Amino acid sequence: MYHKYDVVVVGGGGAGLMAALQLARVPGIRTAVVSKLYPSRSHTGAAQGGIGAALGNHEEDHWEWHMFDTVKGGDYLTDQDAAEIMCHNAVETVYELEHLGLPFSRTPQGKIDQRRFGGHTRNFGEGPVRRSCFAADRTGHMILQTLYQQCIKHEVEFFSEFQVLDLILNDGVCCGVVALNVRDGELHTFHAKAVMLATGGYGRAWKITSNALASTGDGVAIAYRQGIPLEDMEMYQFHPTGEYKLGILISEACRGEGGMLLNDKGKRFMERYAPTLLDLAPRDMISRCIYQEIKEGRGINGQDYVHLDLRHLGREVIESKLPDQADFIRVYLGIDPVTELVPTQPTAHYAMGGIPTDLDGRVTVDERNTPLPGLYAAGECACVSVHGANRLGTNSLVDIVVFGRRAGKDMAEFVAHNELVPLPPKPDAYASAQVKELLGRTEGESVADIRTELQAEMMDKVSVIRSEETLCHAQAKVQELKERYSRAAIQDRQSWFNTELTEALELGYLLDISETVIAGALARKESRGGHYREDYPDRDDKRFLRHTLIYNRGEGIQVAYKPVKITRFEPMERKY
Amino acid sequence: MEVTCRVRRYNPTTDEKPYYATYTVEVESTDRVLDVLNEIKWHHDGTLTYRRSCAHGVCGSDAMRINGRNRLACKTLVKEVGDRITVEPMMGFEVVRDLVVDLDSFFEKYKSVKPYLINDDPPPAGERLQSPEERELYDDTTKCILCGACTTACPSFWGNREFVGPAALVNAHRFIFDSRDKGLDQRVGAVGSREGVWRCRTIFNCTDACPRGIKVTKAMEDVKRKLLYD
Ligand SMILES: Cc1cc2nc3c(=O)[nH]c(=O)nc-3n(C[C@H](O)[C@H](O)[C@H](O)COP(=O)(O)OP(=O)(O)OC[C@H]3O[C@@H](n4cnc5c(N)ncnc54)[C@H](O)[C@@H]3O)c2cc1C
Ligand code: SF4
Ligand code: FES
Repeated sequence: MYHKYDVVVVGGGGAGLMAALQLARVPGIRTAVVSKLYPSRSHTGAAQGGIGAALGNHEEDHWEWHMFDTVKGGDYLTDQDAAEIMCHNAVETVYELEHLGLPFSRTPQGKIDQRRFGGHTRNFGEGPVRRSCFAADRTGHMILQTLYQQCIKHEVEFFSEFQVLDLILNDGVCCGVVALNVRDGELHTFHAKAVMLATGGYGRAWKITSNALASTGDGVAIAYRQGIPLEDMEMYQFHPTGEYKLGILISEACRGEGGMLLNDKGKRFMERYAPTLLDLAPRDMISRCIYQEIKEGRGINGQDYVHLDLRHLGREVIESKLPDQADFIRVYLGIDPVTELVPTQPTAHYAMGGIPTDLDGRVTVDERNTPLPGLYAAGECACVSVHGANRLGTNSLVDIVVFGRRAGKDMAEFVAHNELVPLPPKPDAYASAQVKELLGRTEGESVADIRTELQAEMMDKVSVIRSEETLCHAQAKVQELKERYSRAAIQDRQSWFNTELTEALELGYLLDISETVIAGALARKESRGGHYREDYPDRDDKRFLRHTLIYNRGEGIQVAYKPVKITRFEPMERKY
Repeated sequence: MEVTCRVRRYNPTTDEKPYYATYTVEVESTDRVLDVLNEIKWHHDGTLTYRRSCAHGVCGSDAMRINGRNRLACKTLVKEVGDRITVEPMMGFEVVRDLVVDLDSFFEKYKSVKPYLINDDPPPAGERLQSPEERELYDDTTKCILCGACTTACPSFWGNREFVGPAALVNAHRFIFDSRDKGLDQRVGAVGSREGVWRCRTIFNCTDACPRGIKVTKAMEDVKRKLLYD
């Protein structure tokens, strides 16, 4: 089926909806949001702790301080022009969300309540500051709901449970997408002047993850297959506190409210590693410290986890400020955090890297940041890059709304000044061949087995601590899995609501993404932020204060680099 | 442990009528029912069809009937329901395939109560003020994840599919009791009509079904009182 729109937004999470809302407010622009999930099921809804903005509702705060923390938190790989825009715009954007109806928790004076969060400090690192604006511990849920509600109000058109399989490019211009209507298996061609990718993260490449089953990096892999380079893919964040063995996130808000990490000796081990910020040091550091404790035999009972202690917070704080956290812990671990210690381990959480964009969400395709006309990206699938080598808590929600909004506004301008580019012949050929092949192959290995092996390998070899040896091992393994994947088969041959087919397509994306993560990690012979190399334990600004770009050149991968934008803050040693 | 899972299956494009398929799988007692379904799909029968995403009870994808009760498969542990598990789609919506039901009418009803803040006053430069006490009035109903468990557990809804249903009313409550909202008049049409809140017979099935622990029946009672006395 054929559809014509001015703009097609792929993804109905926070980034996609924020963009769609900007477009919906401009009369005459026709926008479709195409999403493989109902928008309200997007993983933005899982975000818990809060959204960072220097409102200063409790104590003095400034967006410049927020910017400094963001840059330092990112181990100076952050593009500072982007961080400046984000931290500055965060304030007005949070107010805008409040005006749109977001039910923030309130101070006694009726203002938006704020709490502490990892890596956020006053006066350039002096001590923790209350900057995270929150709605209990379901801030992401409230952002997603509020934006979805506003899109309903503004009559945005949704195509839910439509899985996008390909971008349509014609002569270097993006002019649409091809999507599978999951319900009946029909392919739809969406012809548009502008396309925005807002497809979220890819935590499902790892075994232990806080991410949804749908977080399979579709948009990132689809762009990569079309020859668009991917930026800083080696920068993947492991959040220190996932529920042991499950990976379900226990929000940093728990530590923001005063929770502490303890080793087997019952000792608050962060005192040793980060004397100022303690348990509120940035995530990359804490995850590494946990691995260090485990390596030195101080994991609980000598095993690969530590404890999160919330007991001293008392029942009232836990029930009123962290109700969902308490619920997750009770339901899935069978433990009461009011009286018991919570077993936690680092969990694959957030992609700092992704599709490179400029400050207005325009996708760029080379070392000189040349934009690809008609193509935009924002949110976790994109890399602006505000998070550099390590994202601070609360900064993704800021990123999705600030850059989702900027992309939306820029697309409104773009479609007003540009004509629809004609479709190339057979725009759905690639997508259609992919689907036919998977539905047609009657014999082959199971997709689930390949996925399980991939996730185990990535967890074991490409997580918190890496080396030439582990990465080469993983590289060979992923090659092998890709080869096996090309011969894998599914049992379900129906076109009607075939979720085995969609899962198989998603595994293809995860394999491509894993390959780029490994390539970036091998090339970056230093340690910075979320990327730690045992064999190169120090940061090396001379050689690697630059962004990695991974190109898919048909027969192989090519690695290139582009400079980091440094405006206000010169790189310094990163201590907390 | 070994679990026997009976699943009600139906593909309207190929099956004449629904049937039950039985699978025996090895899982841990602390696994979720969603893990059981995944185990079946990934290692026994790839054609089994259901929705899922977050796997920890926050996205609302996998509401279904588990041993006769509406629950989220990802928030129900095997040890709670035992080693014989019957899984069926929610009642009252058309089955698309197996455990997947058609949600179009569900979302239409949600939209009918105008589930968004209505307030045309120009906003201040900063935030609109709201006291913690004012916010508390609607805190509970902000938790809704639109899973549909309440509406499809409601006998009034089974009897009359035009009933807007508890889920939509929970979301109406969320705005009616928000001190910043001025849209009560615009919502009365859908909320106060014959197919609106008055169809609620306070049976409490919805409250029992809600995986977010929302006091659904109470929310509808609050709305009724608001319509009568305000
Ligand atoms: C448990 C958890 C807690 C978090 N807490 C916080 C926090 O407190 N603060 C913070 O700042 N950040 C937090 N984060 C990070 C943050 O929530 C995410 O990075 C952010 O919400 C991503 O938003 P998004 O709009 O980019 O993507 P998502 O919300 O993931 O949305 C992706 C959308 O793309 C669609 N999609 C994907 N593939 C396709 C396809 N092929 N075709 C069509 N549609 C597709 C999906 O349907 C979905 O609608 C948390 C993350 C997790 C996992
Ligand atoms: S009120 Fe509860 S049961 Fe009903 S849709 Fe919302 S979350 Fe689901
Ligand atoms: S999968 Fe999200 S609620 Fe169960």
